[in-house]
Formats: sequence, structure tokens, C-alpha cells
Amino acid sequence: MATTVLEPTQTAAYAKRSVLVEWLTTVDHKRVGILYGASAFVFFLIGGLEAEVIRLQLMKPDNHLVSPEFYNQLFTMHGTTMIFLAVMPISAMFFNFFVPLLIGARDVAFPRLNAMSLWVFILGGLFLNFSFILGAAPNGGWFGYAPLSSRQFAPGVNMDFWMLGLQILGIASLAAGVNFFTTILNMRAPGMTLMRMPMFVWSVLVTQVLVLLSFPVITVALILLTADRTFGSSFFSFSAAGGGSGGGDPMLWQHLFWVFGHPEVYILILPAFGIVSEILPVFSRKPLFGYSAMVFSMAFIAFLGFGVWSHHMFATGMGPLADSFFSLMTMLIAIPTGVKIFNWIGTLWGGSLQFRTPLYFALGFIAMFIMGGLSGVMHAVQPADLQQTDTYFVVAHFHYVLFGGSIFSLTAGAYYWWPKMFGKMLDEGLGKLHFWLMLIGFNLTFFPMHFSGLLGMPRRIYTYPKGLGFDGYNMASTIGALILAVSFMVFLYNVIRTWRSGEHAPADPWGGATLEWSIPSPPQEWNFAVEPMVTEKDALWAMKRAAGVRILPEPARVSGKGIHLPSPSWWPLFTAIGLLIFMTGIMLKRPWAFPFGPVSMAGFAIAAFSIFKWSYEPVDHPTSHQAH
Amino acid sequence: MRHSRVPRWWFAPLGLLCTLAIVLLAGCSGPYPQSTLEPRGDFAEMVDSVFMKTVYLATVVFILVEGALLWAVFKFRGKPGDPDPHQIHGSTVVEIVWTIIPAVVLAIVAVPTVETIFSTAKVPTTSTDGQPPMKVEVIGHQWFWEFRYPELGITTANELHVPVNRTIDLRMKSNDVIHSFWVPQFAGKRDVFPNRETRLWFTAKVTGEFPGACAEFCGTEHGRMDFYLMVDSAPAFQAWVDRRHADSTMQFNGMPMHPVVAAAGQAPPPVDTLVAEGQKLFQSKGCSSCHSISSMHVLTVIGPNLSGIGSRKMIAAGWLPNTDANLRDWIEHTQKLKPDVLMKLPMPVSDAEVTALIAYLRTMR
Repeated sequence: MATTVLEPTQTAAYAKRSVLVEWLTTVDHKRVGILYGASAFVFFLIGGLEAEVIRLQLMKPDNHLVSPEFYNQLFTMHGTTMIFLAVMPISAMFFNFFVPLLIGARDVAFPRLNAMSLWVFILGGLFLNFSFILGAAPNGGWFGYAPLSSRQFAPGVNMDFWMLGLQILGIASLAAGVNFFTTILNMRAPGMTLMRMPMFVWSVLVTQVLVLLSFPVITVALILLTADRTFGSSFFSFSAAGGGSGGGDPMLWQHLFWVFGHPEVYILILPAFGIVSEILPVFSRKPLFGYSAMVFSMAFIAFLGFGVWSHHMFATGMGPLADSFFSLMTMLIAIPTGVKIFNWIGTLWGGSLQFRTPLYFALGFIAMFIMGGLSGVMHAVQPADLQQTDTYFVVAHFHYVLFGGSIFSLTAGAYYWWPKMFGKMLDEGLGKLHFWLMLIGFNLTFFPMHFSGLLGMPRRIYTYPKGLGFDGYNMASTIGALILAVSFMVFLYNVIRTWRSGEHAPADPWGGATLEWSIPSPPQEWNFAVEPMVTEKDALWAMKRAAGVRILPEPARVSGKGIHLPSPSWWPLFTAIGLLIFMTGIMLKRPWAFPFGPVSMAGFAIAAFSIFKWSYEPVDHPTSHQAH
Repeated sequence: MRHSRVPRWWFAPLGLLCTLAIVLLAGCSGPYPQSTLEPRGDFAEMVDSVFMKTVYLATVVFILVEGALLWAVFKFRGKPGDPDPHQIHGSTVVEIVWTIIPAVVLAIVAVPTVETIFSTAKVPTTSTDGQPPMKVEVIGHQWFWEFRYPELGITTANELHVPVNRTIDLRMKSNDVIHSFWVPQFAGKRDVFPNRETRLWFTAKVTGEFPGACAEFCGTEHGRMDFYLMVDSAPAFQAWVDRRHADSTMQFNGMPMHPVVAAAGQAPPPVDTLVAEGQKLFQSKGCSSCHSISSMHVLTVIGPNLSGIGSRKMIAAGWLPNTDANLRDWIEHTQKLKPDVLMKLPMPVSDAEVTALIAYLRTMR
């Protein structure tokens, strides 16, 4: 790839800005990505701490480490945090940093909207966790079943925090959905047809389709719940004792929630699939096996994912026809999933496997996901699920797919892409130690849960009696959880040590197949000095083959004068602040009277004003950002 | 750049073996009274049959697929300087084969699945002992279980007596939020709702005492909403029913009551003064405003029905053994044992008064 030095052009003096202001107003997708990742990692540690306390409480029968009320807050927040504040935003870090790089673009389609998604997420996460300070953290489960979530049975502000917090986070996801969907469809480098895109980009595209179609459902569900809790309606409340007219149906909540909730789990896993599909070819030194099959199976999984939601409701007595339909649909979805697993093994098969840390975690992903997938197929059998559902068997299943699947893959992605993001190599020895501790800790924590579940231990119980045989399994799980905690400390130590004195990373430390490895580590602000031309998939391998080399010469850092980049802006942050104030106002407006009190109106005004200023923000502002 | 070292081949199998060993050793704490794996009733047996099919199939798939993965990982180890491997992109034939095989395997599972869905959906018309199914109404409350026998006119709580070999036709609802009725040895679980009735059924094949639990998160004390299923022989069940029917003499007889059922033709035993005092306290301390001590003609249920409380196995919804010490602890320190339950004594009760109450409750068999 040519590395031209661009002529400096006369630009208006660029006002010196403080570091804090730079980061608060950034619209650079790479910085937005890093902010996503850093915040998400903090929330992940909080969610992990919640899990450790849960495990310490369940370590032995009849334990009194925490009160039942606090325990219920812990497991509600653990689930909510891990799904919405950890896995999704860590994935968002990779979407943000790497989708433009993988498609050869300079930024996303809507840079300011991108920044707004980030700030809405951070403020939403803070809002949700602020509830702990009031001693009123959400306590109705991450799924908030009615009528437990109604005013009658949840009179405190706990479930208001949950309801409004999720609404805020949903807005962040929807905005990001629009952004990445547009970016991928519109901003690919010349020659990069859809079937030449990297698999990770495909996974992001399909994930955004899922977001755009499923998040509106939870948005509506939460609006109806807000109406029930704040304005006195009875969509989900059967009894009139809560103040509404009564006559609502708790099943309505379940259907609405799971029509969102099932695609949500595919939102959590598809990016993980994409990351593994990037890593395996590079560390096997051969292309992904069955690219087209991988694309179509992923699309098929997403499509079918909208047809299985009531498998979460197998114990509700829907009748044999509905039970049969959802059993069969759930079994069907196992087929494209299996195809993907076989294609990954096919990628490894006949390769020349390079055992570096990213490959370890990617292999761990495949091994653990196979297990989670198999317990998932067991759940698909509705009569069997009548024993398994709402027990620790389900807890085992979804941790195998979400932790053994998503987290292992996101960790693989972290090790893989760390050099590109930060210009440093994470230590290999520590990485391998992290892997073994995490693999052993993870299996010790969650494998016994298959047994405790089948032996009769229900979910979401703050303690259990002696004499039912659960004791040993729970103790094993708690020990495993402590080992997991140590594994994350190893990772943190690796990050900190690398930050201070780590080996500098070249542009292409792994022999990559995709375009991000063709630019310096970390990339310059404009990513590509010259727009890449793509002729086939695995674009960088193609370029290397054409040049007859395994690794291209190290690209020089060049002046970017003359490259126009999106200007930084305050308005995404202020819009997010306005939205937060609006939602807080709904919570403060009780009992029901005129829907929106002064706080909500103020929040709305701030958001509306910010959007107005945003829309009219000049494109070529005098201090418009020129790459320097 | 540091060169990678291939992991020692025995790392992975050793790690997993250790995990398995710990897990199985942990398991050496049986028996398992609440297990789904030892069905003792027809519904649970049907479920177990289709479940075990999936377990065998899953084990085979596990060995084959994980095996292929491990094989690939060890057979195709490379070093940084190695030449590039053959750059294959895929194979349409292979894709078709490994799409069809899982489809066939799933079809094999789908048939018994649908069969079992339909067979478990229908309540059998006759029980094994030749009698028609017995209707039992289950009402979930935060945080206890109410059981009613409409054909027998009996209301009770937290301990469900049924005759062996009789099909039990459960008609279930909730008084408040969603709960789930689960007694694993006999049937899968079924959620209970405030606005609609759900159904479940089972036929117990052996007698015994079997723990069950609430299996849908229902608030603060979801973790302590257990119950016991007592499968009685036909005569034992009848004796229990007779004792419950005798409860009505206590409710409506304004005379000083004889809580112990007199044997036929015998004079009622003399009333123990401690028991009589306990009986008075049960009213005067406000217990009877929430708890009915009789199982007959019970209209409103606020707290669990206490008919037969003297001989129940557990108290506080299936988890505290029914000893005098625990009963005392429960009356005197309810909120400490089970925070947030509705039971808060309206007026203080002294230790001596609790002794009298317990003496009275113990006579309610």
C-alpha cells in the first residue's frame, strides 16, 4: 500500500483544547470505542462483584451473609449489568473501533449519533447503579415479570430504576443500530462487495438488524409498564389493588419481553461468532472454511431467532400446539448453529495452528459453546424443560453460551486487537495464565450447576435447605467463581503492566487477513491515508499475495493535512444529559397526575435544544477539524 | 516477538478431569429428595424418558464434535516458520452433509418430544387405583401454598396429602404474583397466575414424603416458599381426611372445645388447662384473624391454614422442621427468620404464653 506524505495546507488555527474536553466532545469512532470498552469493563467488574457475593451467599445451606432483599437486588443487577452494561458495550467497543477499519472507511456514517449512543449508555449505566446508593437497586429480576413489577407488589423505586434505566439503554442501542447498519451498507471501500466483507462485519450487520427489529418491542413494553407504574393503567396488572382498573394480563408482559429477549441473546452471541471467525483463519494460516455457508447460517439464525421466544414460557401452560411449535422451531435453530461450529473446526483442520493467546480463547469459545448449545437443545424439548426451566440447569446453559461463548470470544478479541487499539502487545505468558485460570474457574463454577439443577435446585433463591444434596455442588461453584476472579486480576495486571512498559506493537503482529492490519498501531486519526481498493475477501492477504510477502512493510506515520474529519461536538453529550433528566423526572412524578412534571419537562427541553443545535451545527465550522 | 509454545498435550484433558472429579466428589452428598432424575410418578416418568434420549444423543454429539476439535488442535499444530497450509475455502458437499446429519438427529428427538407434549397435556380419565382423578386446587400466595380439596371440602396449607396410585388433577391459580408449583419426583413444574387457571396432574406410584418448591421468582421470600407432598396409603389418607373433617367441631362449637377427636363411643378426654389457655390466646392474640385452625368452611385465606399444624413435618412453608423450639422461634422472631412475610404479631406475646400456644397447636393433628 502506498504511503504518501501529504502536503500541509493552510488551515485555520486550531484552538488548543484540554484532554478532558477532547474526550467529552470526541466523535472519533476509535475514541468512542475505547470509552465504550473502558466503561463496560468497569461495569463488568461490578457485575462480577455481584456474582461473587451471590456465590458466597450460596456457598452453604441456610446461609445469612446477605438479606433476602439484598440478594434479590444482587441477582437482578448481575443479570442486567452483564447483559446491557458489559457484553453489549464491550461488543460495541469492537464495532466502533473496527467496523470502519475493516471496511476501509475513515469513520462511521453518523459520528455524532455514535457519540450520543456512548454517552446515553454511560449515563444509563450510572443511573441504574445509582440505585444501590439509595439502597433501592432493582429487585424484580432482569426480566421484570408482571405483576411482581407492578406498583402493587413493587411499591419502591427499585423497579422504576430498572424500567427507566433499560429504556435509556435501549435508546443507545437503537441509535447505534441505525448507525452501524448505515455504515456497513454505505461506506465500504471500493471493490468490497457484501460477500467480500470480513465475517465480523457481517456479524455486526446482522446484529444491528436484530437490534432494530427487537428493541422497539422492549421499548413499547417498557412504555406500557411505565404507564402502569406511573400513570395508573393496567396493561399487566390483573388486580385493581394497585390503583388501576385491573383486568390486565401478566402473560402480555412475558410475550412482549421475550419477543425482544430472545433476539437479544442472539445480539449477545453473533458478534462473538464474528470475532472467532476473524481469529481462527489468521491463527490457522488458512481462510475461513465455508464463508458463504457462514453468512447464510448467521442470517438464518437471526431470522429464526424471532420465531422461538415462547420457549422461555414452556411452563406457563400455553397448550400442546404452542408448546410443540416452539419446541420444533427451537430445535430447528440448532441446525445453522451446528453448521457454524463445523465450519470453525473445518477452518482449523489442515491448518498450521499458531498457539498465541487469541487462539487459546477462540478455541475455548468453541469448546464451551458446544456444551452450551447441547444443553440448549435439551431445553428445546418442552416436557423435559418443565423439569429444567427455572432451575440451575438453565443457569448452567446460559452461562456456557454467554460466558463460555460471548465472554471467551470478547476476551479473544481483546488480546487479538489490543496491539491495534493501543500500540502495545499484551504479555503472552500472562495471557496464557489468564486463559487456563479462566477455563478451569469457569467450568468449576458452572458445570456443577447442570447437576444441582436436575437435582431440584430452583433459580433465584437466596438460600436452600440442608438435606437436599445441593451443598457440595454449590461449594464447588463458589470455589470456581473465586478462581475466575483471580483470572480477571491476572488480565488487569497484564493491562496495567503493558500500559507502562509493554512491547510496542507493529502494524501487523499476527499476519492478519483484513485491512486494519495495514495501518499503524494505533491508527492515525483518519485511519487510511489512501482509500484501499478491494478485489477479493481477506483483502489484506490478497494484497500480500500480490506483493509476494507474508507481512507488508511497516506503514509510516504520515501527516494527515488536507483530510477532512468530522468535527468534535458537545451536543451528543448534552442530548444524553437531557434524556437522563427526562427519565429521572418520570420516576419523580408520583403519584399520577399530569404525566410530566417539571424535571421531565426540563430534561426534554435540554434534549430538544441540544438536538436543534446539533442539527444546525455547521459542517465547515471555522475551527473545523482538520487532521493534524 | 515471543514464540508460542504448544501447550502440553495433557493440559486440557487433565484440567477437565480434575473438574469432573471435584464435581462428582461434590455429588457424593446424596440422597437427593428433590431430584428430577428418580421419577416416582407417571408424568415425571414420561418426561424422564424423552429427557434421557436427549442426554444419550447429546453425549454422542459431544464426544464426536469436541473430539474433532481436540484432534484438530493437536494434529495441526504449527510453528511460526512453517510453510502455509493448503488454502482451501470450503466444500459444498461437506456443507450439505453436515447440515443434513444434525437435521436427522433433531428429527429423531422431535418425534418423542411432540408425543410427550400431547400425552402430558391430557389429564388421564381414570387413576391407577380405578378411581376418578381427585381435584386439588393450588393457590400460590406470597410466600406459602394453599391447597383445597373441593370434593372433600378441605382447605390446608404447605403440606399436600394425596393417596398413592390416585391421579391428582391440579387446578392452579395465584393470589398475587406468578409462582410455580414444582414437585420434581412426580411432575414438571407449572406456573400459577392471578388471572387464569393452569393445570397439572400426576399419579404417585410410591408412598413417602417429598419436598417441592416454588420455581418462579415471586419476591423477597421466593427462596423459602417450599412445600411437602405426602403420598399416603389409601387408609392413611382416609384417616387424614377424617381428622380434617373433625376440625369443624372446633370452629363452630361454641362450647369449650375438645381439640382431640374422641374415639367413637368414648367420652372426650379432659381439657388440659395449658391447652385451653393456648386456645384462648390463639383468639385473643390475633392469630385467628389471619390463620384458620380448621380446614373446613374456610372462606378467606390471609395466612396459611393451620389445620393439622401439630403433626405437620415442617413449618414456615416447608423449610423449618416442626419442633417446639422452631415453633417458638417462629412465633417470637418471625421477621428475623423470614424477613418481609406478612406475619407481624399485633401484640407482644410472653414466653409463657407461647408455651401455652404451642401446647394448643400440638393438639391440632
